[in-house]
Parts: sequence; C-alpha cells; structure tokens
Amino acid sequence: MMETAIKINNLNVFAEKSQILKNINCEIPKNKITVILGPSGCGKTTLLKCMNRLTDLYPELKVSGEILINDKNVLDPDADIYKLRQSMGLLSQRPYPLPMTIYNNIAYALKLRGVKGNRKISLLVMDYLRQANLYEEVRKRLKEPASKLSIGQQQRLCLARGLAVNPEIILADEPTSALDPISSRFIDEKFQEIKTNYTIVVVTHILRQARRIADHVIFMYLGEVIEQGPAAQFFENPREEQTRLYLDGMFN
Amino acid sequence: MKRRLKVEEAFFRVMMNLSTAFILLILGVIIYSVFEKGMKAISWEMLTSIPSGGYYYGKGGGILNAIVGSMTLAFGATILAFLIGLPVALYINVFLHGKKKLVNLIRFILDLIWGIPSIVYGAFGFTLMVLVGLQTSLLAGIITVTLFILPIMIRSMDEILRTVPDGLMEATYSLGSNKSELAFKIFTRQSVSGIITAVLLSFGRAIGDAASVLFTAGYTDNLPNSLMEPVATLPLSIFFQLSSPVPEVQERAYASALVLTVIILIVSLFSRGLGKRYHKTKINF
Repeated sequence: MMETAIKINNLNVFAEKSQILKNINCEIPKNKITVILGPSGCGKTTLLKCMNRLTDLYPELKVSGEILINDKNVLDPDADIYKLRQSMGLLSQRPYPLPMTIYNNIAYALKLRGVKGNRKISLLVMDYLRQANLYEEVRKRLKEPASKLSIGQQQRLCLARGLAVNPEIILADEPTSALDPISSRFIDEKFQEIKTNYTIVVVTHILRQARRIADHVIFMYLGEVIEQGPAAQFFENPREEQTRLYLDGMFN
Repeated sequence: MKRRLKVEEAFFRVMMNLSTAFILLILGVIIYSVFEKGMKAISWEMLTSIPSGGYYYGKGGGILNAIVGSMTLAFGATILAFLIGLPVALYINVFLHGKKKLVNLIRFILDLIWGIPSIVYGAFGFTLMVLVGLQTSLLAGIITVTLFILPIMIRSMDEILRTVPDGLMEATYSLGSNKSELAFKIFTRQSVSGIITAVLLSFGRAIGDAASVLFTAGYTDNLPNSLMEPVATLPLSIFFQLSSPVPEVQERAYASALVLTVIILIVSLFSRGLGKRYHKTKINF
C-alpha cells in the first residue's frame, strides 16, 4: 500500500465569474512522481498553487475545501503559511531567479530556512549547486548576478534554490516548457533520481513527458479530475472514455 | 493593399523623425542659449561668494547663498520624499497586490495631486506654517517641497515596481519569505535603476521649482545656517536677477541658470553610475 503525502478533499476554486476547480478529490502518493496531466486551461496550475497557498496572492480566487499534508489542512487560515511554503519547493514554467548573485540566490533560501554561519552557508550553497548539476559551470562566478546565466542554467539554479529550503514536496509547473532538450532531460532525470527523498508533483500538458516520468497520474479536464491512478494502469488501461480519447490524441 | 502599408509606414517614420528632431532642436536651443549667455557672466567669484550689498544692481558678490540653499533644500526634500515614498510604493505593489479597485483608486488620486500646480503647494505650505506658527525657513521649504514631489516620487516608483512579474513574487513567497522581505529585498533590488530614475526626477523638480518655495523658504543673501531661518534658492535668485534693470545682472541670471543645469547634470550622471552598478543584478523577464 502506498503512503499518501497530500490528500485533497472537495476542493473548489471560484474566480469572479467562473469556477476554475470543481470538487477536486485526489491523493498524491509519497516519494513518487505524480503528474497532473491535462489540456491547457483545465486548472492544473491552479490546483498546484492551492497546495502552497500561492492562490492567496490573488484575492479574486475563492478557495474552499481541504488539502491535507501530514494531517494538517493547508487551507486553514491559521496555518503557518511561511513554514508550509518552505515544506514545498517550487519550480515554475520559466525560471525566476532572484535579482542577486548566483551565490546569494541559494544563500537567501538557506537564511530563510534558518541556517546560520557563513561557513555552513557556503558549504551548503555549493552542495545544492552540485545537486542541481550547476556547480562546475558556475564555480568561478558565484559572485556574478544570476541574470547572466542561460535559461537552462537559471532553471537549475531555481531547482537548487527550491531544494535549499529543505522541502518534503517539490511542486513543478511545466518546469521544462521554456528549456532546451538537454536541460529538459536533466530536470526529468533529476526528478527520477531524487524521488526517493521527495514527493514530486509535476504539472504538464505534454503526454510524452508524462509517460516518461510519471508513477502516478491525475488527469484533469475543464476543472475536474477525470481519472487518477498508477501510471501503468492509466496509460495501458484507462477506465474513462475521455482519458482514452486524450491518450489517443483525439481530444479537442 | 501592400502599397498602402508601405505608404503608411513611410508616413509615420517621417512623422516620428520630425518630432524627434523638433524636440532635440528645442532642447538644443535652450541649452545653447543658457550656455552662450551664461558663460559670459560666470566667474569664480560668482560661484564662491554671497551677494554683497547692491549685487542686484551690478555690484560684486555671487550666488553661493542660492547654490548652497537650493542644494540643501532639494536634497533634504528628496531624501524625505524618498523615505516616505518608497515604503508607500512598495505597500501599493506588495501588500495591496491583487486589490485592483483600491490600487486603481490610489493611483488615480496620486495622479490628480501630481497635477496640482506648485504655487498651490506653496500656498498650502504657507497656510500650514501659519497654523503651526512656523516662519519662512529652510524647514518650511523642505516640508512644502517634499509634499510637492511626493506624488511624483511615489507614482514613478510605482510604475517601475508594478513591472515586477507575479512569477518572481510567487518564487520568493515559495521560499518562505514574508511580505516585507519580498518588498525590501526583492522588489527594490529588481527595480533599483527605476527607483533611481524616480528619485532623480523628483530631485529635478525639487531644485527647479520657484513657486513652492516663494512663500515658504523665503529668500536671504546669507548662507543657510539653521533649519529655522529663511534660505535662498536658485530659481528665485534667477528671478530676482532677471528682474534687475541692469543688463550685467540679467546676464548673471543666465549664469545662475547654467549652474542649476550643471547641478542637475552632475546629479544625473552620478546616480546613473550608481544605477548601473546595481542594474546588472536585475533579471530581464
């Protein structure tokens, strides 16, 4: 039996005039890669942003329901939102490095996590850069601004930064959509490599990518979860007609 | 159809070139006339001494009182307006993020008070002074000019800060940052060059305005030595010299205008240099 990392009950999200998410119920298994799959505009990203409460930034969104992580409801207004967000690393569609040096991008995350002491911080910065396979490329220019890096390097920097807050969960919103094929493959492979230590949730609309990395799939369409289950079953033997059509590329 | 597009393109290109040339021409004429007339009258004595008795009728002395006065007043007001304005602009963009109606209202009001003529600020400042029993002084001048440049400062910073993408905000929050951290560490860093431009714009307005200081800062031939005493300013000094019936004194007015222009130029170049140092860390999204 799989352990559940995130359990979502009756999640509804309303915008001013429309309902973005309709009564979402799903479970995300621990230490696996869960892919949220579906065509553009089906609410995948909103679902992801509910999990670390980035939806708070947009007051026009009304969120109701329950998202349980370690038996605590993320959506509880009294939840410690800073700690909660630190328990999840975020990788977005395009990299958003912070406007500071390469070194400080990671050090900033470490300091927020409460790491103290310059020596300790500098050791950890290098460690996380190595984990994101960036250290060799940047070790001579750690004091240069992150803006000088290529997009692929920036995304790896963001991955390093996301890992530096020491999260349990990694939320990735189409993390490879802006990247070249080599950087994309690195991210995909990295997820495979680190999933024993993290619960990874990846939003994508690319079927190939989903097939390549998913252990578990949540298929969404028009704000609803159509089907969810282990990847093998989902791709080989889908239960729902809509899933079958989507997998056959006949969806419109 | 293709032909029409080509003609359209050519037409607008010519129009744009013409208007650019026109603006440059006007700018050139202004700078040329200030330099041409000002260089004749400018002297070391003028820059380093205060007016002697009868200066405005052609006797010796200089405008050091106005140079020092204007610098003190404009720097004071700019620093004060920056200290108030930056937090306000950050508050609008970080703490009120997403509250579109309220933010639009605030922007609308700021734009309105930006448009109020500076003489009205002068009169308002004067009323305020009478109310609290303050006399024409450097302090009253600084307060009035601060009020006058505050909407300029806030709105120019606001225009830069609102270009910070939501994605950067989300990325920062997802690391566990709070709003103040986001505002002061991320938004300001990403916008340094634009913030410097806003400060510069405000400084230019502060040092160049005559009407707001007329009743509030007053005028004196002495150097400022206390916040509570009147202070001379370059725009008023230019006005008094131009009003003189003596042609040499009128020429000195152009020399004073030249000094004002050069001060703004130096401050601009200095802050541009400062901005460039930080510009490198800005992420281009």
